[in-house]
Amino acid sequence: MTDQLSRAFQALADPTRRDLVARLAADGDASVGDLAAPYDVTVQAVSKHLKVLEEAGLVSRSRDAQRRPVHLEAEVLDLMTKWIARYRQQVEERFSRLDAVLAAMDESDDNDEAEGAAS
Amino acid sequence: MKTQNQTQIEAVPDLPVIRIIREFEAPPERVFRAFVDPELFAQWCGPRSIDTTVDRWDARTGGEWRYTASRAGDDFTMGFWGSFHEVRPAERIVQTWAFDGNPDGVSLETMTFEELDGGRCRVTAQSVVESMEIRDQMMASGMETGVLEGYEQLDELLEGER
Repeated sequence: MTDQLSRAFQALADPTRRDLVARLAADGDASVGDLAAPYDVTVQAVSKHLKVLEEAGLVSRSRDAQRRPVHLEAEVLDLMTKWIARYRQQVEERFSRLDAVLAAMDESDDNDEAEGAAS
Repeated sequence: MKTQNQTQIEAVPDLPVIRIIREFEAPPERVFRAFVDPELFAQWCGPRSIDTTVDRWDARTGGEWRYTASRAGDDFTMGFWGSFHEVRPAERIVQTWAFDGNPDGVSLETMTFEELDGGRCRVTAQSVVESMEIRDQMMASGMETGVLEGYEQLDELLEGER
């Protein structure tokens, strides 16, 4: 996994930061004030969270506009979900193979029993 | 037609622990056998494109294990090894786990086999890795079910944007 991906996952280990990202994904760009409004914490605390997300490449802020709206970097998020899907897929595939082995064992057990009964 | 059992993957918050939970359509004794019988294990442990050769396999408390994964047609080989700390038939396997790619890294894996109604079994595989960083790299940090669903929802939202 790339360093950027590691940083992004570490940044999203925090529930408030996950919530911020989810809201940006749902509602689009927003100012820090708008983002801070629903939380029972200071704007400064939310700013700190946004800084972590910015360093992880998950959000960006325009330098010129006065409101400096926070923008979600969807490509990084996309990269993360793809990575998760791949890990998950590997685990799922492994257990599907185990399912097949167990089903085959099932049949051979039945055969063993049949042979046992016949002898 | 049978629907496939869902795999649950959890990262335990604040601990370098990953937990994978899955149910199987077979009783614990049979599922356990698929984990400790080297021939059966080799059939499911790696992708079909990879050949698994079991080099050492002593599935008893205090025993050791080693297998080599290789791919036909190229030079790729990778060794995996560890010891069986405890093997308790149809109930629990505790083993260490390491591989050539990171020989100093070792994780501790505990598999428990829980009997369910209808001749089924729930397997919980818990891995304790060395650090939060390794946990984060192995999967996604904070990947509890809720988070995973959150990511899936985000995925849908992002798809809708396009």
